[in-house]
Amino acid sequence: MPQPSDAASESAPVNSHVAALEDAFGPLENSVFRDQQRVVLPAEHSPAAFAVLKDRGFDLLVDVSCVDYLEYRGAKHRYGLIYLLASTAGNQRLTVRVFVDDPDPTVASLAPLWEAANWLEREVWDLFGIRFTGHPDLRRLVLPEAFTAHPLRKDYPLQGRGERHNFPVITRDHS
Amino acid sequence: MSIAPAEFETRPERRSEDYLWTLNFGPQHPATHTTLRLVLKLEGERVVDAMPEMGYLHSGFEKIGEHLTFNQYVTVTDRMNYISPMANNVAWHQAVEKLLGIELTPRCTYIRTIIAELARISDHLLCNGAVGLDTGAFTFFLYAFYQREVIYDIFETLCGARFTNSYTRVGGVSQDITPLVIEKIRGFLKTFPKTLDDMERLLNRNRIFVDRTKGVGLLTKAEAINRGATGPVARASGVTRDLRRDEPYLAYADLDFQVCCAAAGDCYARYLVRMQEMRESLKIVEQALENLPEGPVNVGIDQRTALPTKQQVYSTIEGTISHFELSMSNRGFEVPCEESYAAIEAPNGELGFYIVGDGEDAAYRARCRPPSVLHFALFPHLIRGHTLSDIVAVLGSLNIIAAELDR
Repeated sequence: MPQPSDAASESAPVNSHVAALEDAFGPLENSVFRDQQRVVLPAEHSPAAFAVLKDRGFDLLVDVSCVDYLEYRGAKHRYGLIYLLASTAGNQRLTVRVFVDDPDPTVASLAPLWEAANWLEREVWDLFGIRFTGHPDLRRLVLPEAFTAHPLRKDYPLQGRGERHNFPVITRDHS
Repeated sequence: MSIAPAEFETRPERRSEDYLWTLNFGPQHPATHTTLRLVLKLEGERVVDAMPEMGYLHSGFEKIGEHLTFNQYVTVTDRMNYISPMANNVAWHQAVEKLLGIELTPRCTYIRTIIAELARISDHLLCNGAVGLDTGAFTFFLYAFYQREVIYDIFETLCGARFTNSYTRVGGVSQDITPLVIEKIRGFLKTFPKTLDDMERLLNRNRIFVDRTKGVGLLTKAEAINRGATGPVARASGVTRDLRRDEPYLAYADLDFQVCCAAAGDCYARYLVRMQEMRESLKIVEQALENLPEGPVNVGIDQRTALPTKQQVYSTIEGTISHFELSMSNRGFEVPCEESYAAIEAPNGELGFYIVGDGEDAAYRARCRPPSVLHFALFPHLIRGHTLSDIVAVLGSLNIIAAELDR
């Protein structure tokens, strides 16, 4: 039978981390869905709270992504960033949400804390147009630099806006 | 006569960078295996810096995921990591079922475990085979690829498709496993260990291979965690994280297997971890086949979550109704306005889907957490200071699949 790692039995329950965050930053909205602990973090606490979580054992940044809540029922904010954290020793997960809004969706970069955030945040900038302050190299990741839109936003059509047809063709003579 | 020192200072300074040579590697290069590009700064043969660039295969899979229903989108997941599409199918529908709150039948969890492990074997075979191919061991590659062919045959017998399987469905799988498939898998279990022995004898102590991979592309444990490495890449650096053991999903809690780790963190360690994982996968498949539970493979049609079989559709009224309702846009699945993340230990690392539901049959947002992106971001860190010829060994050992990288 596979044995759970020793650290898992010793580590504190996952909501104790939320309690620690609340001690430091005031009451935070949090919920559990399908055994998944989630906490909403105001954008101004972003780098400091993540540093606290990293100190408390969440050493692996699994994913940084975003959801555009335009026209989502009951949504109060336009963009919701998703930070998935995990601890490699304690075998726990925590989902942190940070909400930002137009006209200037900006949040602090986590690249100084986790190197993993570097490319993940570039992807979010590329596809959602969210700026990460303090990011060392905020360029587009998957789309060409000349692309003007952020296609995973809900107001961008599935078919695109004709970029495919207007794409510059580079010939051998003009490369 | 002496030259005034001031005159010296006005001359443009000769920087050490002036001696560097820039080389463009890819996006069309046989050793990248897929369309990815590296811009290398070389000093002689030594790589001073590398700038990876991706996006040549970007097809907007996540955008498409917001427009296809949960059952349709499985065809797109096939095309993400096309080296092990079965693992992607399992990952996608596991995430969907978590959001929808569907409990699978025991038989289905075992079948999914078996195919996920076969997918792991085929993925590791290709990855290690390609490392061998790129470092000059062509025979090794042929041994590996022949066995992949056997697994393709098993998948073809199982679901009719060799490459893009699209085998899973919400609440089940497209076809039950047949005695013929079980026989073929048993045949594979019998013959494959011998091939693995041969493969290990070919490369494990091969002087050329060991010289080209040992000590190359070093990744320490701290760096592996900090840079978000998962799967065999992290385990070869001493990170003992394996979702099959840490967060047992499907039938893994009932099965006995080891988590394969190494401490060295170089290309050779990654090769060894993958070789060892194939043996563990064989153990898992063998146990799962022995203990394969009887009973229905899909969630019952009364629950209106899994598509009924054609037999049920054509011969029972419940089947017909269920099939119709699941195909109608306003009568399909009951999707909560919630969001959840589920991940599996894919051959490459942690492959997860973050799905946002808004009551519709299609996801509001279907984020795929691809292991390849974080592994490709590792590349400059691993290659600095090594020579040009080490690039193929490092790139191969990271097993980057561009279709999954760019999505």
